[in-house]
This record gives sequence, structure tokens and C-alpha cells, in this order.
Amino acid sequence: MSKLHVTTSVNGDEREFLCGPGETLLDVLRDELDMTGTKEGCGSGDCGACTIMLDGEMVCSCLVMAAEAQGRVIGTIEGVAEGSELHPVQRTFLDHAALQCGFCTPGFIVAAKALLDRNPDPTETEVRYWLAGNLCRCTGYDKIIRAVMDAAAELRQERTPA
Amino acid sequence: MNAPEKKDSFRLVGTRPVRPDGVEKVTGKAVFGPDYKAANMLQGAILRSPHPHARIRSVDTKKAAALPGVKAIVTGDDFPNLEDAVVQMGEAAGNIADLARNCMAVGKVLYEGHALAAVAATSEAIAQEALGLIDVDYEVLPHVTGILDAMREDAPLLYEDNFTKGLDEKPEKPSNVSMRIQQTQGDTEAALKSAAATVTARYTMPPVHQGYIEPHACVVTWKADGKLDVWCSSQGAFNVRSLVATILNVEMGHVRVMPLEIGGGFGGKTTIYLEPVAALLSKKAGRPVRLTMDRADVFRASGPAPGAVVDVSLGADAEGKLVAADVEFRYSAGTSPGNETHAGLISSVGHYRIANFRVTGWEVLSNMPKHAAYRAPGAPQVNFALESALNDLAAKLGIDPLDMRIKNAVVPGDMTMHGTPYGEIGLLECLEAAKAHPHYSASLGPNQGRGIACSYWVNYGGPSTASVAIGEDGSVMVIEGNPDIGGSRASMAIMAAETLGIDYDNVTVTIADTGSVGYSMLTGGSRTTFATGKAVIEAAQTVIDIMRARAAKLWGCSVDDVAWSDGEARCTGGEKAGETLSIGNIAAKADSTGGPISAESSVNPNDFLPGFAVHICDVDVDPETGHASIGRYTAFQDVGRAIHPSYVEGQMQGGAVQGIGWALNEAYLYNEDGKLDNPGFLDYRMPVASDLPMIDAVMIEKPNPAHPYGVKGVGEVPIVPPLATVAHAVSNATGSPMRDLPLTPDRIYGLMQSKA
Repeated sequence: MSKLHVTTSVNGDEREFLCGPGETLLDVLRDELDMTGTKEGCGSGDCGACTIMLDGEMVCSCLVMAAEAQGRVIGTIEGVAEGSELHPVQRTFLDHAALQCGFCTPGFIVAAKALLDRNPDPTETEVRYWLAGNLCRCTGYDKIIRAVMDAAAELRQERTPA
Repeated sequence: MNAPEKKDSFRLVGTRPVRPDGVEKVTGKAVFGPDYKAANMLQGAILRSPHPHARIRSVDTKKAAALPGVKAIVTGDDFPNLEDAVVQMGEAAGNIADLARNCMAVGKVLYEGHALAAVAATSEAIAQEALGLIDVDYEVLPHVTGILDAMREDAPLLYEDNFTKGLDEKPEKPSNVSMRIQQTQGDTEAALKSAAATVTARYTMPPVHQGYIEPHACVVTWKADGKLDVWCSSQGAFNVRSLVATILNVEMGHVRVMPLEIGGGFGGKTTIYLEPVAALLSKKAGRPVRLTMDRADVFRASGPAPGAVVDVSLGADAEGKLVAADVEFRYSAGTSPGNETHAGLISSVGHYRIANFRVTGWEVLSNMPKHAAYRAPGAPQVNFALESALNDLAAKLGIDPLDMRIKNAVVPGDMTMHGTPYGEIGLLECLEAAKAHPHYSASLGPNQGRGIACSYWVNYGGPSTASVAIGEDGSVMVIEGNPDIGGSRASMAIMAAETLGIDYDNVTVTIADTGSVGYSMLTGGSRTTFATGKAVIEAAQTVIDIMRARAAKLWGCSVDDVAWSDGEARCTGGEKAGETLSIGNIAAKADSTGGPISAESSVNPNDFLPGFAVHICDVDVDPETGHASIGRYTAFQDVGRAIHPSYVEGQMQGGAVQGIGWALNEAYLYNEDGKLDNPGFLDYRMPVASDLPMIDAVMIEKPNPAHPYGVKGVGEVPIVPPLATVAHAVSNATGSPMRDLPLTPDRIYGLMQSKA
């Protein structure tokens, strides 16, 4: 079966890859582009571990065909920090101990950043519903919610980073 | 956030620094099980049975082998015969032959999803295509999945040679019941007859899954020199080493296991599924082989926790003092025996003073995957039944359910069910803290109910090794062998830095492979911060002694004149009195004073103490749909001393929410064909963020006197009380007793309707 040639933008870099017509964007990110920060927890869009940004929209990359990435703009966990400068959400996850095993964490951080980019002042309920597509089995979500609320406050400059 | 909370006694214990592996994990750089790749690696795939029970007449792999790109095929015939193998397996599983046959079926498949052949190929797509070319001739056999069905005399048998162990007389006929155990004290029947009030009821719950988000994955290379390298995420690399070596009949030292970051385990990664299969594929192909499970494989073929059917009769006198408990529980073990029935027994009534009890446990095999440990394995099921009965009994007597527990709680010096007296336990303190907490006296609205329950988990110690090495510039490295599943690197760094008198940031912690540090039992049993922590502290103390001796040499004084404080050696006698040498100073001169500075410590402590937890939960029940939602939740726990309080709270919160899921939503749903109807996260509904409120974690710190920093285990006990706590709350909100889990809306609605 012949492969498809795809040119796309990943975290600001132009990337090219060949993919089979049945391959998902998640497969290509992990196996072709060696960007394993995006995780596979289910492959069916139910856990959010593979959350990425596609043309500014939050999506499960396991539900996007790799070929659909042609000409699109992709953002992954690897692009959230600017160099060694962590995004406030990444920092508050660390400060609040909002991760235990850390496997779901990339998906949560991409999703939380997407929320804060569009709503800098979410209520706790809004955070909980926005993140309802991301499963975490370790934390019971408490510290994750606190970390996101705290990052929002920091981004609104209501508090200074610790 | 980072200020020491006990400045008087500790500099670092009780602080909340950022975990050493944190930045890697929030930036996506940490390498988990499915992330690892080896050069020239093949991708494997596993053929799994579509039938819950069938004899394998033949497996024809010729067509698959002819597919271009296929490099190796393995079936059960490729596994060594293990009938006589005996292995030291820690708490992982029972019999090594059972474990091998679970990795790959021999003769029969025993559950839907049971592996029976595997392929390694140059791509995932080719491997998958090859699976479709394998012809299996099955003789489908009758199956059984339910516990009571499997116990029936006419039930289809998994094994013709399984005779129930633990009966007074050896049974004449084989059955699916693998074991019966019993412990008695006093005269239970007489005490129940004379009790002022009794409650008798049956409680049921289906199997549930641990639900870690990271699916199982490994890469194995069987090298030309006969040695194996294994990269995988697990709760114990040494455990993987011993299981792989024994199953494949190779020397343990020839198997090196590299621990990758682990994406959740909760007990489910204390065993192996893929590694021996990948090893055999690699041996045939002469290349590294990766095997991964998808989510449906994880549900169908990795370990659920036992489902249970539990009968309880509980009696008390008029003042609420418990006089007798008769508990009979049946646990589903899946295809092979394990340890959970024993754990269920010792977790059943031991947290109360009861003069008369009879606890009987049955372990039942059926056509479900081999069960695996799940956080306090064996405790939540029997605890749900006992605590629910106790809540009913308190209501019958008109006694507050927390007061009822305070009247009966065990205190230091009382006897455990396993025959040793309790040490410095804090159950009573937890109960009193719950009673005094504003949550317990807060008012409730219509359709709301409040529940409570209390629980015990034994915890564990066990063997651990750690080393502390001083770098040439004085930096400090801790090397240990316990996978960090929830922040344990941080607690190790805190304990090492506290002992050495240095900053937290001056310590790095490495989780080493099995070729790089001595043996440690797996991360489980709430043992790591306790036991491995002891090894770290001991090694750090030895390193201090070495550095004092080196300083004495440099000063030309007696080692007795060298004290250690604030991270440096201090001369206390002779002409150099008052001088100090930092770790860096000592390290810089190490070559002239005796060479590199390091120490390894191996421990096997048995002075661990159990954990106790008391939970309070408020629910709202929608009278139109029967949907129960958690309105408020508070968890109290005797945590010993919290080394890193945030990660202790995290264990309490995470355990509580797993228990809430168990109570409200989660269940293995087998259909009439013996197939799992919900092998995915959409239908196996675990709690999501919008289901929950904040989980208030109240740590009761009653230190363990046998640990230098007072550590008790904290990871497991918080999953135990939520089942009965949530059920009690729903019962109080609806007026109907909730005795069958999960408490799905249809079940609650049905019970409300039948009452009305």
C-alpha cells in the first residue's frame, strides 16, 4: 500500500512524514516523529492522554487521521514550555503535586492551557467540565483542579509565581 | 508552600518540595513503558482467544509465517514446561506455571482475551495482518463467570484436577473452588443468639479493574550471548527479572530489567503478561521486540480485582458493643489462585474488638482473567460488607455510627487477626477527628445523605536495598530499585537530605536497573517510603560515618572528635577543634584518604505498622433518575508521619476516588457468552473531574516509633472505606439499604421505586 506524503507544522517547525492511510496522527507523532510526550491510553478518544492542539482546537490525536494533518498547525506537550521556561500550568502542576505517575499529565497540561488561553478566569466547575475528557487515575483530580485555578490566577497576574 | 511545618524537629521532613522527576513529567520528556524504542526493533502482536473457554486442538501458523515481514511466531509450545518450577515471587502471584500459562495458553484458553500466539514483524500493520492468518481450531467448551454459578456442583470446570484446599476432608470431586480458609474465636453462634440486636445481610460486587492509564508495554532483546535485556514499566524490576528468568528457565543474572517510568499500577503491574512472550519472539527473530497492549487487551486480559459475594451476621449488646461477627466471603480469582482471600480474611474484622467471630473465605475460579492485586488487595470487598452491616446495626440500636466505632475500635496492644499485637496505631484518633470535623455536623438538604465507614490495611515492610554515593564535587546520589509510582523519589531525597543535614536540591535520586543495585521487593504493600526509606537513611548514616573518619584523617584527630551537623564535619577536640569540613571538602580529598565514598544498605524490616482510614461522604440522589453524585468528601487517615505531605494527601485523595468509582460506576460486565461487554473507558466508567468535589484529606500523624522519621504506609488503605461510605450515604439519602455494587442510577432508582 502506498504511503501518503504529509507536510505539517508541529510546535512551529515544518515537518514532513509518510503515513499509511489508516494511521492516526497519534501513531505518527509517537512512532515517526519520536514525540512520545503525547500518550496513548485508550485509542478511542475516551481518556485524553493524547490531547493536542490542531489549528487552535483541542483534539484527541488518536481520533485524527495522520493524513488530515496536511497543511495544519499542530501543538503538542513538547511545545508548551518555551525552551527551558515552563508554562505557568506546568509550574503549578509541580507546586501542587498535581501528578503522581505523570502519564496523563501531558494531556491535562495541553487541555488546561487550551482552557486558560480562551478563558482566563474559569470557575472550579468550568475547569472540572473542561477537563472531564481527561482521565487521571492517581490523583482524584483535587490537586489538578487547584493547579489549574492557581495557574489562571497567575496568568491574570493576581498572584506572582512562587 | 515550602516552609518546614515542624521547624523544631525537622528541617525537611514535612516539607513539600517539587519532585525530582517533575519537570520531565510536565514537559512530556519522561520515558514510560510504551515510549521506549530499541534500534532495529520489531513490533509484536498477540492473538487472543475470542472464546471464554475452549480447548486448542491446533494452531496453524504456516500462512502467517509466509507473510513478508513476519520474523517470528510463538505459541504456548515454545514455553518451557514449568510444572515443577518453584519461585520466590513476593506478593505478586501464586504459581509460576499458572503465570506462564496466563502469558500464553497451553492446551486450553480460559477466558476471552487469553493469549495463544504471537507474531513479530517489521511493522505493526504486518504483525496485525499476520494474526489474521493464524488458523486456530477451537473446541469450544461451556464457560462460567459468576461466583455463585462457578461454585455450583454442575458448573463447567476450568481444571479437572482442582480439589478445594482447606476443607476438613479432601473432596472426592474436583470443583472451581480452589481454597477455603477460616478463622474463629469464641462461640459466634451463641453470641449472636444472645445479642441485643443483630443484622444479617448479603453484599455483592462485580470485579473491577485497576484502571491505570498506561497500557502494559515492553521491549525485550534476547542477545546472541544468551543474555536478555528487558525495558518495561512495572511496580518492580526485580520482580519482573525473577518471573521472566523462571518462566524462561534462564539464570537470573542473565536477565537485566531496565525500569521505565510507570504510568499507574495500583497493584496491577506487580505481575507480567508480555515480557516472556516478547523474549521468545526476540530469541527467534534475533532482534529486539516490542509488545504493547491496547485498552481492550488491558481490560480483557490483565487483572481485575476479585468480585465478591459476602454474607455477614453482626451482633451487638444494647450499648453498641460488638459481641459477634459471622462473615462468609467468596472471591472470584479468575483463572488461578492468589493471595487475596488470605488478605480478605485478615482485613475483615480486625479493626474492632470482637470477642466472638467466625470468618470464612472461599476462593473461586472462573473464566475471567487471572485476578491481580488492586490497592489493599482483598480488603475493600469484605470491608464493604462488614462496615455496611455495622452501619445498619448502629441505626437499629439508635447509636451514632461514629460513636459505635469509637466504642469498638482497636487500640495499641489489642490483637490483630494475624496474631501479633497492634503497635502505635491511630484508629481512635481518626474516629475522634472525624467526629469533631465540621463536615460531620453540617446540615443536609432534601435528597441528600451522609455516610461513614472505617477501615484497616496491614501494610508491609520487606526487603530493600539503596545506596548513597558522594560525587567528586560533594554532590549526593541516592540509588534505589523501587519504581516511583507517586512521588517516592521526593520522599527518598527528603529523607537522605534530612539525615545528611544538606539541602533537598543537593540530592539526586536514581531508580536503577537490576544490574546496578541490590535487590528490592516491588513497589507495593504501602512499603516503599517505609522500607526503602529505611535503607536510604541507613546508607546515608554509613556515609556520614565514612566522612567523619575521612575528616579525622585530614585533621589528624580521633574520629571520636569529629561530629556531624548541618551537613558538615566539625572537629570537637584537639588542635583543630572548631574547624569544619563540608561534604565537598571531604570529597575533594577522598583519593588521599581512602578512595571513593559510598555505602549500600540492605534491610528487611518487619516493624511496619498498619494504616487506618475513616471517610465521610455526602451524596445527592436525583429522585427522578436515581443518579447519585458526591457532594462533599472528607478522608481521615493515620499516616504515621508525612514525609512529603502533598504526596500523602494525593494517595488519600486518589484512593478515595478509586473507591468512589468502585462504589458508583465500575464493574466488569460479562454477557451470557462469557465476553466482556465493556472493555473500554467509555463503558467502563471511571470517575472524571466533573463527577467530583474536592477531596478533603485530613492527615492524622501518629509516628511509627520503629522508623527514624515515623513512616507508616499510606498508599493502600484509602481505597478501602469509600465503598461502604458511599453506600451508607446513598442508603441514608433514599431510605433503602444499598447492598449491591455498583450503585448505578438504574439500581438506585429501582430500589427507590420498590420501596415506594
